[in-house]
Amino acid sequence: MTVTVYVPRDASALSVGAAHVAEAISKEASARGVELRLVRNGSRGAFWLEPLVEVVTPKGRLGYGPVKAADVPSLFAADFLNGGQHPLALGVVDSIPWLASQQRLTFARVGIVDPTSVADYVANDGYQGLRRALAQSPQAIVQAVLDSGLRGRGGAAFPTGIKWKTVLEQPAGQKYITCNADEGDSGTFSDRMLMEGDPLALIEGMTIAGIAVGATQGYIYLRAEYPHAYRALNHAIAAAYQARYLGNDVMGSGKRFDLEVRLGAGAYVCGEETSMLESLEGKRGEVRVRPPLPAIKGLFGQPTIVNNVMTLGSVPIILHKGADFYKDYGMGKSRGTLPLQLAGNIKRGGLVERAFGVTLRELLYDYGGGSATGRPIRAVQVGGPLGAYIPASQFDVAIDYEALAGIGALLGHGGIVVFDDTVDMARMARYAMEFCAVESCGKCTPCRIGSTRGVEVIDRILGGVESERNVRQLEELCELMLQGSLCGLGGMTPFPVTSALKHFREDFRPRRPLKQAS
Amino acid sequence: MTPTLSPAHADAIRRIVADLKDRPGPLLEVLHAVQAALGYVPDGAVTLVAQGLNLSRAEVHGVVTFYHYFRRTPPGKHVVSLCRAEACQSMGADALAEHAKRKLGVDFHETTADGEFSLEPVFCLGNCACSPAAMVDGRLYGRLSPEGFDAMLATEQGRKE
Repeated sequence: MTVTVYVPRDASALSVGAAHVAEAISKEASARGVELRLVRNGSRGAFWLEPLVEVVTPKGRLGYGPVKAADVPSLFAADFLNGGQHPLALGVVDSIPWLASQQRLTFARVGIVDPTSVADYVANDGYQGLRRALAQSPQAIVQAVLDSGLRGRGGAAFPTGIKWKTVLEQPAGQKYITCNADEGDSGTFSDRMLMEGDPLALIEGMTIAGIAVGATQGYIYLRAEYPHAYRALNHAIAAAYQARYLGNDVMGSGKRFDLEVRLGAGAYVCGEETSMLESLEGKRGEVRVRPPLPAIKGLFGQPTIVNNVMTLGSVPIILHKGADFYKDYGMGKSRGTLPLQLAGNIKRGGLVERAFGVTLRELLYDYGGGSATGRPIRAVQVGGPLGAYIPASQFDVAIDYEALAGIGALLGHGGIVVFDDTVDMARMARYAMEFCAVESCGKCTPCRIGSTRGVEVIDRILGGVESERNVRQLEELCELMLQGSLCGLGGMTPFPVTSALKHFREDFRPRRPLKQAS
Repeated sequence: MTPTLSPAHADAIRRIVADLKDRPGPLLEVLHAVQAALGYVPDGAVTLVAQGLNLSRAEVHGVVTFYHYFRRTPPGKHVVSLCRAEACQSMGADALAEHAKRKLGVDFHETTADGEFSLEPVFCLGNCACSPAAMVDGRLYGRLSPEGFDAMLATEQGRKE
């Protein structure tokens, strides 16, 4: 019998050598005259184990990792194709506690299926949500999304069902479904993993959205930094057309939905929804003044849904298993699960999908295993470059939109970047302002000018120039940016700055002027 | 002074515009295609693209210069994009950047004298659990030490087209 072996094609796994491992396995197999079926899956998200090789056995999928190409001959020698013992053996992958304790709804198939295969997708509950959606009225689909409590996973946490309802209620005409796949926050990679590891889930979610609100065209706005996701999406879209899950007769319903991927061009601000729409129209990614809301006047002036990859990727399971199933996960007003990303200086980094309510401490220590360097964790930044820095004294906070807001932090896209005690928090605050200056679209003054002034004021504080007065100036500047900016870029850059000032004031002591960073 | 374009470049740009001009909101797609074909968006492309899409030159110039991804000068043979964002910083990206600059003898946005490598900063490659990260011509690298960086350059330089 031909043994099936999985080696991820996920970009992160490739970055640490998965392609070399796959090649070595093929070579060694043919040298030994062994037949095997090599499947290139997504990643399970346990990146400290990548490249993670899995072998299908009667006992389940057995894992070996992290595997280097040089380990491959010894794996064959140990008869890994029959689950042989080896120093890199991890046992049944589904039983690894780091994975077994997760609640994977959105990521149910990632790392399991062959992302290029519609048949594999369908065999693993794929297109069940769309099947059910097609049997319902548009109102009933929107009601299910409303009832599930799903909130926008991009960061703003706006109830998804309300957006959909608004678009549904617009007069018939050209409407659009747009997916914001401009995952620019440092510390986040869940969108990328889903698009590479289970792209059909996103495609199905967008198709359901189209059927629900009467939109016939969808666009995925993907950042240019994700060439692997671009290939995976285009491949999956072509396969979905071929199998008639996209096109003019979706699943034989007579309903139309077309989908294409458009590439961004390296502008962080295009993750802001109105800026993304400008960019999709081929213009400078400048933020629009709201109202009108995109749901009323969005892409090319038409009613448009703008949702994040995680939001749309969660829709199929909601339609498949029902709103109550999804809503039963979570706490308070944060329902369902959230794919969190452990990143930076962390021993066991990767993707942890859990219901809302898990604490930051559990994530950092139970999953993460502490810092990669083995030094104490001093600060974590949750929610990307616009998220607050959280000190160790607040690690018991629950992952929940409201609980984080309660300590002046935010959840954003669920990225958690860990820093050990060598971090210089004044430098991180300066970086936040510098990043905003580089990435500002320039439309509003508080963001465009404020960020540059912010860098200068921090330099004066650290240079020992009237430090006390300049700290007050920095606080005032942050308040102005927060209140006066058009969008979240200028409006939230103060969060990392003021949280660093508040919790790590000792780092803002005068010193020699900082060297200009890039 | 009007920037000049080689006839080959001008032909390539005209073909791209003709192929894509009827798509909704085509300008970004056109610029991506131009950069994919020529390696950069020459200043001389602005007029041709503007004419072809019925836009003003100012609009096209405005878009080219808004987006970090579009380059207006020819790149080296390989483009090394080094991540400068927080997760990579937490794992020594600043020191790695210093090493990269020393090793290549260039600053960010510059190309080595032999034309082999251009060094660019990038803000997040989505490889944040394997920091620090870099990308060379679309290939992603993670957990980069200074030695790993040097090995990466050697691999890329030795790669056959």
